Amino acid sequence: MEAYLDNAATTRAFDSVKDIMIETLSMDYGNPSSKHLKGMEAERYIRDAKDIISKRLKVEPKEIIFTSGGTESNNMALIGTALANKRRGNHIITTGIEHSSVHNPLIFLEENGFQITYVPVDSYGKVITEELLSAVKEDTILVSIMYVNNEIGSVQNISEISKKVKAKNPNVILHVDAIQAFGKYNIYPKREGIDLLSVSGHKIHGPKGSGFLYIKDKIKIKPILYGGGQEKGMRSGTENVPAIAGLGQAVKEIYENHEDKIKNLYHIKKSFIEEVSQIEGVTINGAGDKLEDSAPHIVSASFEGIRSEVLLHALEEKGIYVSSGSACSSNHPALSGTLKAIGVRDDLLDATIRFSFSVNTNMKEIGYTVDMLKELLPVLRRFRRH
Amino acid sequence: MYKAFLIKYAEIGIKGKNRYLFENALRDQIKNSLKNLGNYMVTKEQGRIYIECPEDYDYEETVEALQRVFGIAQICPVMIIDTIEWEPLTKAVGDYVEARYEDRNFTFKMEAKRGDKNYPMTSPEICIEMGAYLLKRFPEMKVDVHNPSVRIMVEVRNKSYVYSEVIPGPGGMPVGTNGKAMLLLSGGIDSPVAGYMISKRGVTIDAVYFHAPPYTSERAKQKVVDLARLISRYTGPIKLHIVNFTDIQLYIYDKCPHDELTIIMRRYMMRIAEQIAEESGCLGLITGESIGQVASQTLHSLAATNEVCNLPVYRPLIAFDKQDIVDIAEKINTYETSILPFEDCCTIFVAKHPVTKPSLKVIHHSEKSLEEKIDEMVKTALDSREIVLVD
Repeated sequence: MEAYLDNAATTRAFDSVKDIMIETLSMDYGNPSSKHLKGMEAERYIRDAKDIISKRLKVEPKEIIFTSGGTESNNMALIGTALANKRRGNHIITTGIEHSSVHNPLIFLEENGFQITYVPVDSYGKVITEELLSAVKEDTILVSIMYVNNEIGSVQNISEISKKVKAKNPNVILHVDAIQAFGKYNIYPKREGIDLLSVSGHKIHGPKGSGFLYIKDKIKIKPILYGGGQEKGMRSGTENVPAIAGLGQAVKEIYENHEDKIKNLYHIKKSFIEEVSQIEGVTINGAGDKLEDSAPHIVSASFEGIRSEVLLHALEEKGIYVSSGSACSSNHPALSGTLKAIGVRDDLLDATIRFSFSVNTNMKEIGYTVDMLKELLPVLRRFRRH
Repeated sequence: MYKAFLIKYAEIGIKGKNRYLFENALRDQIKNSLKNLGNYMVTKEQGRIYIECPEDYDYEETVEALQRVFGIAQICPVMIIDTIEWEPLTKAVGDYVEARYEDRNFTFKMEAKRGDKNYPMTSPEICIEMGAYLLKRFPEMKVDVHNPSVRIMVEVRNKSYVYSEVIPGPGGMPVGTNGKAMLLLSGGIDSPVAGYMISKRGVTIDAVYFHAPPYTSERAKQKVVDLARLISRYTGPIKLHIVNFTDIQLYIYDKCPHDELTIIMRRYMMRIAEQIAEESGCLGLITGESIGQVASQTLHSLAATNEVCNLPVYRPLIAFDKQDIVDIAEKINTYETSILPFEDCCTIFVAKHPVTKPSLKVIHHSEKSLEEKIDEMVKTALDSREIVLVD
């Protein structure tokens, strides 16, 4: 049996996504910038995708810029905003649990004269609002906060944060990394006071190399790629029509019967947590008191006395695919910043596995995974490093 | 400009009656190294090897491939001249010098050979006349027969050949002329270098890797296959034996003192490697050990692992400093792969304070407690090994 429980790393593309991508690769393969009919046909896919996404977010199509994915969206939001607003100030606020595609551009900006404040989170991975507010100063130009954390699934109350931050300094631009949130939540930037929103396609059954950045009208931001002036000069480079078409289709399909999908994910998460918590020496990280306090698709669990990589490979032998910490950071053995930030015990930092679900996950896979954990843990615990 | 290469070898020259074996091996290794690059003609003649290149060959690519063939001392790119008639021949040699050397302010010496002894001029005459022609055409060139900076060689056979450039080869001896040995290949920096060095002395390489799933990952195994592929560019095809070591390792963990784990584990690795070596006709084992590098490589520890082997164990890096090993790893392009951060099976259960001066008596005593099952487990590990041919 196989159980793919690494859907926060990436998902299998919807069949409808694959189909529309093939159309754009083999039939409507024109360059959207070309003046002829072939070009126009290709342009139609971009317009359609923008329509789907802007309706979904209740924003204008012109406020959507397609990118190569979450990393580019975050880079553009942070670097682009910093460059365009540096005359107003050089102070940027973020949290201690951001993804590396937010964290590292901010380090780059810090090296280039910007000042970065990192706000701590509580043991559930929620930003401590008072700390955030006291960090907001007159020269603060940007606040960047992730909607859903990729390692533990903690969710921030963006509306409340936005309201309070902007009450203190109305000029602050709020960037939200929604890469793990979009497709799981109904996100309405205007209602929630979000100025910039990053989204990735392959986390919602779209293609890798696809994504977008929502940029609220009138927000000052500079492009980070220069060239042929596509996307009204905001993002040069021939539009990746297959990826954009696939992304639009993925957005459409993920939000069909959305409530049922989410209900089902929570159902899966609930039974998984219930079963796994009963095993000795297992801690669930940052879940909150109520099930709905954290995202429906991510469970972070620490297994006392077992190195996560060993458990990961033992599960792999059984056909179960998971991540240790976050897949994006698992290439370097540095321990997770998020787990540390929420106060996970030192000996558990290297003993933590992320299970993440999607619309393709079923209860049989969950049952099988729990059975295998029960079988493997006692064996693996017998043999430890000293 | 160049359509052929002349290959010169050094050490083979002294191999007496076995010389043809070495020459044949070198010719075969050259053929093998060029087989994916096109249709080259490789022939052996008069104490050297001659390579004729296909029309569309890539010069850089060919030289790079030849520089990885052990046994080659020098690589000389050769221009072929389609005539042996004196007038056009001298002009062609002049054109060659003009094209090859932009700045001709150097000293040179002419050297000549004839294949056909009926050619109207003798070799010294060819040298004198050709030299005179070049001096007249390029007045800035000067003759120095004792210490020239350029030697221009002309050979007249059914066609004429001219060369003057000498590219150093890797030296060593052709692989396949000194038997076969079994390399214990881990994912580290040292063992690929050790394999490379022994292979350079003409030894064919087989390799064995111990993996311990789930404690070591598929990626760690892939990394070892990749390393084998990198050194196979020098050694030729490598038969890689992949042995699942998990059960043995856990059994040792269960039964023996933990500070002796690494030593006992390595003793079993050597035993298994030796069995595979004997089955495959290998005459020795090769390891990347270097004195004092880690606890298991002190003289005491080396003696303890060495004790279980009857075959000689070759340790070409034994007195090398780490940086010297890294330098070679970088040269042969294995370093980048070696430092990828995947755990290998030597480190997964490593004790905080492993013994550095193991006593054989104590180790023998500890191994006694393995008697019940270990032979069966070793047999299972041997029988279930996976064999990958890497080239």
